[in-house]
Amino acid sequence: MTDIAEHAILNVDQVSVALSGRQILDQVSFTVGAGQFTGLIGPNGAGKTTLLRVILGLQRPSAGSVSVLGKPLSGRQQAVGYVPQKVQLDPDMPVRARDLVALGIDGNRYGLRLRPAWRSEAVREMLHAVDADRFADARVGDLSGGEQQRVLIAHALISRPRLLLLDEPLANLDLRSGQEIVSLLARIAREQQIAVLLSAHEMNPLLPVMDRVVYLAAGRAASGTTAEVITSPVLSSLYGYQVDVLHVHGRVLVVAGAGEQV
Amino acid sequence: MFASFMTNAWISATIVAIVAGVVGYFVVLRGSAFPAHAIPKGAFAGAAGAALLGVSTLLGLAVFSVLGALGIGYLGRRGRHDVVTALALVLMLALGAAFLSRTVEYEAAIFSLLFGEVLGVSTNELLPVALMAVGCLAVVGIIFRPLMLSSIVPEIAEARGVRAYWIEICFLLVVAFATAVTVPVVGALLIFSLMMGPPAAARSVTSRPLLAMVLSAAIALLTVWLAIAASYQTNWPIGFFVGVFGAAAYGLGRGYSAWRRGRSAAARPGQLTGASGDYHDRREQVLD
Repeated sequence: MTDIAEHAILNVDQVSVALSGRQILDQVSFTVGAGQFTGLIGPNGAGKTTLLRVILGLQRPSAGSVSVLGKPLSGRQQAVGYVPQKVQLDPDMPVRARDLVALGIDGNRYGLRLRPAWRSEAVREMLHAVDADRFADARVGDLSGGEQQRVLIAHALISRPRLLLLDEPLANLDLRSGQEIVSLLARIAREQQIAVLLSAHEMNPLLPVMDRVVYLAAGRAASGTTAEVITSPVLSSLYGYQVDVLHVHGRVLVVAGAGEQV
Repeated sequence: MFASFMTNAWISATIVAIVAGVVGYFVVLRGSAFPAHAIPKGAFAGAAGAALLGVSTLLGLAVFSVLGALGIGYLGRRGRHDVVTALALVLMLALGAAFLSRTVEYEAAIFSLLFGEVLGVSTNELLPVALMAVGCLAVVGIIFRPLMLSSIVPEIAEARGVRAYWIEICFLLVVAFATAVTVPVVGALLIFSLMMGPPAAARSVTSRPLLAMVLSAAIALLTVWLAIAASYQTNWPIGFFVGVFGAAAYGLGRGYSAWRRGRSAAARPGQLTGASGDYHDRREQVLD
C-alpha cells in the first residue's frame, strides 16, 4: 500500500499467525484511514476473527506488526472500540441499556467512581447518536438483536476510540436491521472521522457504504477499493483456484470454478 | 428475643445478611451458583478440621474456604469449571466427614455447623467477622466495574484489558470470605439460599444494577432478621427459616414481576405482542 499517510489509523504490516502448526494468517497487510469504512470480507474460517484479535492485542502474531495511530500495539487499547461476535445477554440480568453504555466509559478501571452529571449526559448523547433512546431503560437481555447491536456500538464508541472493530455484526440480524446498522456505522465513520473495520462473510449489504475492502481467503488478504479487489484475477490468486466474480443487479457474486458460491 | 445475650446474634446476623446480599448479587449475575454452593462445603470441612485440632472454628472456615476457592479458580482457569467445582465439593464433604468422625464434638455442634445457630458467633469472634465482612465489601468495591463488565460481556472485558482469570480469582476469594463469615450463623448447607434467594428476588423487581444490589442486601437482611425471630420462638434451626424465607422472597419477586407485566399488558392492549414489547413494561417498572 502506498497510502500509509498521516491519516492512517490502523496499519497492519505483514502479519502472520500460526496456531498449533496451522497457518491462519499469511503475511496480511493493509491500512485503514480516518473516516473510512472498511469491510473485512471472507468466507467462514478465513481468519477474520483471528485478524481482529491480533489488532486488539489478544493474539500475538508469529510475524509482522500492527500499529494503531502510528504506535505499536500495547497491552490496553484505549483507541480501539470493539463489538464482538454473538454476545449472549441474559434477560434476567438487571442491566439496562444505559448501564451497559456507561460501562463503556471506564468499565475496565478499578475502584469506585463518583457519578457526576456529565456521565449520564454522555450516556444519553451516545444512546441518541445510535438511535437507541427509546429503549435506554430496557433490560439489554430483552432487546432484539439489532437493538443489542446499537447498544454495544454505543458502549464501544463512548470512550471516543479512533478505530471501531466489529466482528460479524450482521450475522444474526434480519435484512432490515442489518441495513440500519450498516448505515448507522457509515454515518458515524463519516461524522466522527472514526475508522470502521467490520468483518462479514457476505459483502453485498456493505457495498453501498464500503470505502475499502480487505478480502481474506485461505489466510491471505488483498485490499483496496471494491473495484480493485473484487475481481476474478485478484480473488483467484487469493483462493489459489479459478474464481469468477459476477455482477447481478448491482450485487456481487463470487463463484468458484465448480459453480458453488463462496 | 432482645435480651442482652442476643445482641451478638443480631449484630452478626446483620453483618452476614449484608455481605451475603451484596456478594450474592454477583453470584447470580455471573451464574456462579455452583462455586457458591461448593465453597461452603469446604468451609464445613475446615470447621470440622479446626474442631479436631482444637483451633478457632473461624480460622478453619476461612482457611478451607479460601483453599477451595483458589482450587476451583486455578483448576478451572481454562474455561468452564463445573467438573472441578463438583470434585472440590465432594472432596471437601469427604474431608469434613473424616474430620468429624475423629472428633469428640457434641452432635449439637455439628448440627449447628450444618444448619446454623443463632448464637453462632461469640463475642470475641465478632471483630474478626466484622473485619472479614468489611474486607469482602472493600474488594467488591475495588473490582466493581471490571467485575460488572466481565460478568455482563466477558468478550468485551477481555478486549479492554480486564484479566478475566484474576477477576474470577478475586471474586471466588470474596465468596470464600463471605462464606466464612456466614457459615457460623446460617450453616454450611443453607448459606446458599441466602446468596441466591435475595439477589434473585431483587433482580426480578428492578432493572437498575445498583438498586438491585441494595435491594438484595435489604431482602437478605429482612430474611435473616425474620429467621432469627422465628428460630427464637420455635427453637427450629435458623437455617430452615433462612432457606424458606429466601425461597419465598424469590417467589414473591417473580410473582410481582409477572403481575406488573400482566397489568401493563392489560393497560395497553396490543402493544405487548411478543418479545418486542417486553422491554416497554420493564421500562415502566423502572420508571415507576
